[in-house]
Amino acid sequence: MAEAHPVGFQWVVEAQKRGARVIHVDPRFTRTSAVADKHVPIRVGSDIAFLGGVINHVLSNGLDFREYVVNYTNAATIVSEDYRDTDDLDGLFSGFDAEKRVYDPTSWQYESEDTHVELSQAQAESSAEHAKHRATAAGLQHEAHGIQVASHPARDETLQHPRCVYQVLKRHFARYTPEVVEQICGISQADFAEVCRAWTENSGRERTTALVYSVGWTQHSVGVQYIRTGAILQLLLGNMGRPGGGIMALRGHASIQGSTDIPTLFNILPGYLPMPNPEEHPTLDDWVDSVRKPGSKGFWSKADAYAVNLLKAYWGDRAQPDNDFCFDYLPKITGDHGTYRTVLDMIDGKVKGYFLLGQNPAVGSAHGRAQRLGMAQLDWLVVRDLFEIESATFWKNSPEIETGEIVPEECATEVFLLPAASHVEKEGTFTQTQRMLQWREKAVDPPGDARSELWFFYHLGRMLRERLQGSTDERDRPLLDLAWDYPVHGDGVAAGWGEPSAEAVLREINGFETATGRPLSSFTEMKADGSTLGGCWIYTGVYADGVNQAARKKSRHEQSFVAPEWGWAWPMNRRILYNRASADPDGKPWSARKAYVWWDPELGENGEWTGADVPDFEKTKPPSYRSPEDADGVAALDGIDPFIMQGDGKGALYVPQGLIDGPLPTHYEPVESPFRNLLYGQQGNPTRLEYRREDNPMNPAPGADSDAHVAVFPFVFTTSRLTEHHTAGGMSRYLEHLSELQPEMFVEVSPALAAERGLEHMGWCHVVTARSAVEGRVLVTERLRPLRVEGRTVHQVWLPYHWGSGGLVTGDSTNDLFGISLDPNVLIQESKVGTCDVRPGRRPRGAELRALITDYRRRSGTDDDVYPPIVTTDAGEEEQ
Amino acid sequence: MSGARHRGSPARDSIVPEAEFASYYGRPIVKAAPWEHDIAYYLFTGGLAAGSAVLGTGADLTGRPGLRQAARVGSLAGLLASVFFLVRDLGRPSRFLNMLRVMKVTSPMSVGTWLLSLHGPLAGLASAGEAVGLLPSRWQRGPLGLARRAARPAGIAAAVTAPPVAAYTAVLLSDTATPAWHSAHRELPFVFCGSAAAASGGWGMIGAPVAEAGPARAFAVGGAVLELAAERRMEQSMGLAAETLHQGKAGRWMKASKALTVLGAAGTLLGGRSRVLSVASGAALMAGSLCTRLGVFEAGLASAHDPKYTVVPQRERVDRGR
Amino acid sequence: MSLRESLSDRLANSLFGPLDPAPNAGYDDPPARKGFFTDTSVCIGCKACEVACKEWNDVPENAFEMLGTSYDNSHSLNANQWRHVAFIEKPATGARADLGMPTVGAPPSDTPDDEKPDFQWLMSSDVCKHCTHAACLDVCPTGSLFRSEFGTVVVQDEICNGCGYCVAACPYGVIDRRHGPADDPKVGIAQKCTLCYDRLTDGQRPACAQACPTESILFGDVEELRRTAEERVARLHEQGIMDARLYGNDPEDGVGGTGASFLLLDEPEVYGLPPDPVVTTKDLPAMYRQAATAAAVFLAGAAAAFLRRKP
Repeated sequence: MAEAHPVGFQWVVEAQKRGARVIHVDPRFTRTSAVADKHVPIRVGSDIAFLGGVINHVLSNGLDFREYVVNYTNAATIVSEDYRDTDDLDGLFSGFDAEKRVYDPTSWQYESEDTHVELSQAQAESSAEHAKHRATAAGLQHEAHGIQVASHPARDETLQHPRCVYQVLKRHFARYTPEVVEQICGISQADFAEVCRAWTENSGRERTTALVYSVGWTQHSVGVQYIRTGAILQLLLGNMGRPGGGIMALRGHASIQGSTDIPTLFNILPGYLPMPNPEEHPTLDDWVDSVRKPGSKGFWSKADAYAVNLLKAYWGDRAQPDNDFCFDYLPKITGDHGTYRTVLDMIDGKVKGYFLLGQNPAVGSAHGRAQRLGMAQLDWLVVRDLFEIESATFWKNSPEIETGEIVPEECATEVFLLPAASHVEKEGTFTQTQRMLQWREKAVDPPGDARSELWFFYHLGRMLRERLQGSTDERDRPLLDLAWDYPVHGDGVAAGWGEPSAEAVLREINGFETATGRPLSSFTEMKADGSTLGGCWIYTGVYADGVNQAARKKSRHEQSFVAPEWGWAWPMNRRILYNRASADPDGKPWSARKAYVWWDPELGENGEWTGADVPDFEKTKPPSYRSPEDADGVAALDGIDPFIMQGDGKGALYVPQGLIDGPLPTHYEPVESPFRNLLYGQQGNPTRLEYRREDNPMNPAPGADSDAHVAVFPFVFTTSRLTEHHTAGGMSRYLEHLSELQPEMFVEVSPALAAERGLEHMGWCHVVTARSAVEGRVLVTERLRPLRVEGRTVHQVWLPYHWGSGGLVTGDSTNDLFGISLDPNVLIQESKVGTCDVRPGRRPRGAELRALITDYRRRSGTDDDVYPPIVTTDAGEEEQ
Repeated sequence: MSGARHRGSPARDSIVPEAEFASYYGRPIVKAAPWEHDIAYYLFTGGLAAGSAVLGTGADLTGRPGLRQAARVGSLAGLLASVFFLVRDLGRPSRFLNMLRVMKVTSPMSVGTWLLSLHGPLAGLASAGEAVGLLPSRWQRGPLGLARRAARPAGIAAAVTAPPVAAYTAVLLSDTATPAWHSAHRELPFVFCGSAAAASGGWGMIGAPVAEAGPARAFAVGGAVLELAAERRMEQSMGLAAETLHQGKAGRWMKASKALTVLGAAGTLLGGRSRVLSVASGAALMAGSLCTRLGVFEAGLASAHDPKYTVVPQRERVDRGR
Repeated sequence: MSLRESLSDRLANSLFGPLDPAPNAGYDDPPARKGFFTDTSVCIGCKACEVACKEWNDVPENAFEMLGTSYDNSHSLNANQWRHVAFIEKPATGARADLGMPTVGAPPSDTPDDEKPDFQWLMSSDVCKHCTHAACLDVCPTGSLFRSEFGTVVVQDEICNGCGYCVAACPYGVIDRRHGPADDPKVGIAQKCTLCYDRLTDGQRPACAQACPTESILFGDVEELRRTAEERVARLHEQGIMDARLYGNDPEDGVGGTGASFLLLDEPEVYGLPPDPVVTTKDLPAMYRQAATAAAVFLAGAAAAFLRRKP
């Protein structure tokens, strides 16, 4: 965190000064470790085993926060008797479809209390559905929507029933012992015991522990399950929804939270509404019903209002009840349009054009060679950036130019490089990791022709509409009927090139009454009849009372520790989600020390929730409220259901549906690993998405391939950031003050590895995978330690990924080493772990580079069409 | 890597065990003066000028016109050269007059600037008067005649201001954090004064007739002896930094300086009235003086580059409880 | 009091010993002395201080060269580097082996070896110390270096003629003469941290202190900072971090205490700092005495050379 979020890290230091203990678990000793109280080195890719071990420790020793667990999680819920665990099936769950490599989740469901309640659409999902969900990264939608389960499942409050979630969890994690953790993760039993003790002793009524992670957890083929494991642990220890607790997901960019809220992702719309697809959602009602899942609790029951408001924000007056609010105009998806699928489609010539806005995939995305070869097949490419980044120059300066795979004179891609305004040269909001929007004023005018994205898209849209003016083609109506009348201001107004008002856009995102223009104060004011519009329901409230709430900057010294008057967090300026859980079932704080939100029977008419934050609960619903049997939607939430977005209002220790790879996290080895999965016959994530083609080989893995093949890439490598540079280097390698801080690409190796491979400190080395070889200066350091895993020593190698062929300081791009294999739920690439070889000296160039890779592929058996199996156990078949 | 412990090299002939110390990747702590050899030349020519001023006045007062003339030439040439080298070594030579903005006692360079500002014109006047004296007598009227007559009093004043000019350069070097220079501060003035005497005496032996050069010879030999004795004493009081005078470039210059000075002094003592030996000895003494300045200069730079010379004595001091 | 007494008062400790520098420099009723306290125990090595300083002060690039010394590619404080972050990796074993011979190393730390963290990465942002007795200021012959009303030491760029004397005088090796880049307007003159004098006069904090995210760099009144430093080091000792120590905060030290002081987690020399710096001016009176004597010997020697004989 100190490396990538140094400014945010000041709060960790502040907490340390007040007595907090910081434990840093990371494959390598970083600048975070330098100030942490303890560093635990871990083999990259083994975090589920580690956390699973802690869970096992908690469950075996009864260290869970029992009252919290029973009341606020689904620990007591009873699971179907058809459910089989990975413990039973050698690493698979019940319902595995070996052909499609997905699960039929029917056997995972709760044993419902109300057998006559109709199972919702989601609960009846088949493996075919799951395959489709994998293709569309539906995991993101499910995460935001919560599990769509019946509101009153069968429960055993004593947690003794053999099929209650608590017991299922216990059995599932029973094999994650300290010895196993030592074997798999390379973490000593002493270190492991210390972490367990620290974590459990610092959780409970009086104390809470916070878990912080970032892309070191997400960028794995089991990335979602990593976070699930953390969530299970934090729920068991009663840390969720409580001050000083919870899970903080650090993001990878300053406003990337905003780019999922108002998404730049292919499969969701603003406010996490899923993109409709044309087969299942021919009408607006079909789509809305698929979102709001009748029979379940929670705020998604109002999905019709959110959807209609979005459509009205897009098409304004044109969107009316009689035309389904222009639902037909909305683009729909038909499958996997993920970034990696799209790049491979580019290589295959299926994609004509590409817009890159502040994105540098030639350096920043996995499988750099594929990225560049893909762009070379486009008809046109628009790059908007601050500098001439590698993604704009791939056609004249890239490793593929050296190898002859791209020939400038023959590359037909027309590249438009347009200058972009930097964040101080435009106004607008950032949304950071705490879901907080902060408004930024414009400080200076952008130089020359540089312009903001807002300006670019507004005028692009305006010009396209002018071109299509008078068209009678039905296909042009969605563009022509857009509500595109934003006020513009600034120097360019007179010439017709003014800057659209970002504040006006924010108002539209917030939403207002169409008749009066009155801004909405909350998404509960959204109506499904077209009388209101709003671009993003979770953001409604940011412009409440006509005031730009995101621009508030009241000093933290002048308000409570929650500081609600700095910026604005969604939803409804709640700073900690699910904060009902900070009070006990009677509505009293768990302890005076950890008081955050509580029920005050004296307030209002019959009592209200109050506290330091906006209560994440209906204000007047008392803790004692128990919903009637036939209630649904919000009314079905009991007074002790803090997790209001889940179908049953409980924190999910066990997830019956919504995740493609299982209801519980399971240790699988990374796709590329030198080690057999010690726990199960199933080596890697059986449901992962791979694109098996000649240009996307994966290094061999044990259990699926021969030892001789696996040994060709004996080392493990990982990559992360340096403070001095920013991601793909587009914002740092072109600036002298930053470039001189870290001027050269380098590779960190331990002294032992250096000795083994003859690497000299400050000499050169190159790292080789089946995709490419990348060179860098050798930095020998003890911050990387060889680990003992499964009885032998494994070396881990670390590379930063900031370099490319452009800028003041150039170097090889680490992402050229990775292939494309994806987590099935959200389609994120596994780019935090791979296997490799390391060789001394500089790498070969041009055709010799490809010859080297060809040789490695031959020796590792990845040079043919014969792919090793992904499913490495028969247990699934036997069960069927 | 890192702040590792190092072994320093032992001082020559010392029974002190190898010093152990920590440093930051062996990087220097104090910075070496950013000066080129120009400064060493400035030290040499300044010393030559100062000594020549004194010799010139002495020759004037004791009726030795040949020595007087040679000395006054040496004085002027030395002064001009020394100012030239000094100004050239500045980062912004065009701003050299800024030295005259202030008079700061805490800055030997300021003190030196004002000393030179005082001594320079005086010595210059004496030398000018000397030059005028070479002109046809009918030109020696009016202001020129005044100059000629002012030569003697100016020369006396110059001779009085010359010794500080010879000595202050040692303070200039010593008043720094450069370990070799600072630790030499007790004896360095004597080394430099001796060196100045040897150089100016040597020049007198070259430029003056043998018969008149007696005082120059005496001054030269006295200076050589003083320099050699003071230098020996200096090394003993310098502590660890003394070894820089024996290593590398500095070591070579110092060795040459000693050899040339000893040879030159011997030649002076034993040379009798031989013109050839006089000139050769004089040249050797001058060369020796130049080598001394270069040697001390380089030793200083070397002592700044190696952190050992800063760390070890200070660490010792701390451990002793100051 | 008499003129002599007031003069003596003014001059007392002028060269060495505890002193409040601004009044001593002649300011009547100056503001409280300003400086830094750098708590290296919370430094995360982010180098925001290096960049903020360069941005504000237009300090040009230093070098584009990977040095291989941990994450330090800035090398040291110099004319093109007014803030420099040091990185020291202290590995688990072997660095302090006992060689069984008399050493002049530091006394061993009080913490037994097995209770120390087994790997440490020390980080520290170094800066000009703005000494109470500043050798650079003492030796500057043009008056370019001056003591500001805040007690800081600042170069006047228009006056400095680049004599380089200050470079050799600084006991910490901070100030330097700028060598490049070729087109920089300040090539040839001495450059160092100004404690953002132009920001102080506007009531703002220096750029580095403003940028430091973890408040490793604290800016304020020197007196108050010294108290904060004492509290912080006491706190660390309570937590068993016995290697924590203060550096530069003692007015009795060789430079009269520094305006910029530090909390270090090891010996100063490990960070590239002198263990016991003393302002060279302390010995100046003795130097002048020696020089006067040598000058007298020189003159006497010359006189003797002439008295010995007549032509």
